[in-house]
Amino acid sequence: MMARLPGLGPRSARRAVLFLIKKRSILLGPLADAMRQVADTARECLNCGNIGTTDICEICRSEKRGNGELCVVEDVADLWAMERSGVFKGRYHVLGGTLSALDAVGPDELRIPKLVDRVKSEEIQEVILALNATVDGQTTAHYIAEQLEGGVRVTSLAQGVPIGGELDYLDDGTISAALRARKSV
Amino acid sequence: MAEPLRDTSAMDWREEGVLLAVRKHGETSAIIDVFTESRGRHAGVVRGGTSRKIAPILQPGAQLDLAWRARLEEHLGAFAVEPLRSRADLMGARDTLAALNAVTSLLAFVLPEREAHPTLYQRTLSVLDMIGDGDFWKLGYLRWELALLDDLGFGLDLGRCAVTDRSDNLVFVSPKSGRAVSRAGAGQWADRMLPLSPALVGQGEGSDADVLEGLTVTGHFLGQHFAPTLGDRPLPAARQRFVDLIARGLRREGGGQ
Repeated sequence: MMARLPGLGPRSARRAVLFLIKKRSILLGPLADAMRQVADTARECLNCGNIGTTDICEICRSEKRGNGELCVVEDVADLWAMERSGVFKGRYHVLGGTLSALDAVGPDELRIPKLVDRVKSEEIQEVILALNATVDGQTTAHYIAEQLEGGVRVTSLAQGVPIGGELDYLDDGTISAALRARKSV
Repeated sequence: MAEPLRDTSAMDWREEGVLLAVRKHGETSAIIDVFTESRGRHAGVVRGGTSRKIAPILQPGAQLDLAWRARLEEHLGAFAVEPLRSRADLMGARDTLAALNAVTSLLAFVLPEREAHPTLYQRTLSVLDMIGDGDFWKLGYLRWELALLDDLGFGLDLGRCAVTDRSDNLVFVSPKSGRAVSRAGAGQWADRMLPLSPALVGQGEGSDADVLEGLTVTGHFLGQHFAPTLGDRPLPAARQRFVDLIARGLRREGGGQ
């Protein structure tokens, strides 16, 4: 079963299992308890799609986070990445993927209708589209912007030179995006 | 006895191509579909294709230097890819991104694998370079769809009326034969005909309304000729999104006046 986890093949899974058995009391037992707890309690937030231990997650319940800003992300890992930065103080909406013609993922397969409902019911003033800078990600962003047109301010994350990045190593698409989004210094 | 020389060019080649589609393969690899000039649509594995280094290169529409290698010609084989040109600048606007998606998804949908279409390849490069440039790029896209139909053997014959054989007063396209029909020739079947947009025959101003009318015709024939042979799959949603976007733009313009 361990070999079915991402990043583990049969050999590395065997190594991990043997290691866990050797450290039965300090690692295997607590890990098994923790996994049992996660299996019993972890669930998807009915409102935003985040993973928590209650039907409505902590972020959605917090009144402090209800500042009228809603950040749309592709999946929970992106939400956690945004939270790690600690900069965004609003609420989230997890789509669960991006539109993809190849994989037959249309708007109905994503949580876009729920997003439109939330924008109306939670008095959202700004929707921030924090989607990947890929063709599928941007197609989804444009589609959402169309759905929300007129009702609310829709913004997206900036694209350009990453912190610590060197121009010499950037692809021409990133350089042209950065040049278009230049600002006064 | 000396072994006969084996032609390895079929199992080991290098060429430039446009990336059409990417699918994840296992945890770290990707299967890509590319369109090249002399080998047509060709698939292959890119090892490490989901890595941080390679994944940004593998975006539909990107121009790539491709080196393909397989043990046998009929194998899926593996690609080594180098970026030549990104078309990421088309991601910035709704209509250009929709057009890019329409081009790549239509090619992935209709092209048979490993069948060369050099003329269509050149037309595809032209249309990809034209998207978003100037006022007539949507007309360029419509012409590209006509070229696509033509190159795959389903070209429309819009020069003369299918009924009267005259070249004047052509206003319809027969939904069955793809030939132009004049008003007189259509007779009582006029309501069953498709409109012949001036944009399809190089006339008119190439307005969005004309292009939209032309796309109705090309869409009909793309669906009619390819959907049944491809398991009755509908045309890619990406094409419909591009068409809807043009229609919405026209409605907005109409509402604003």
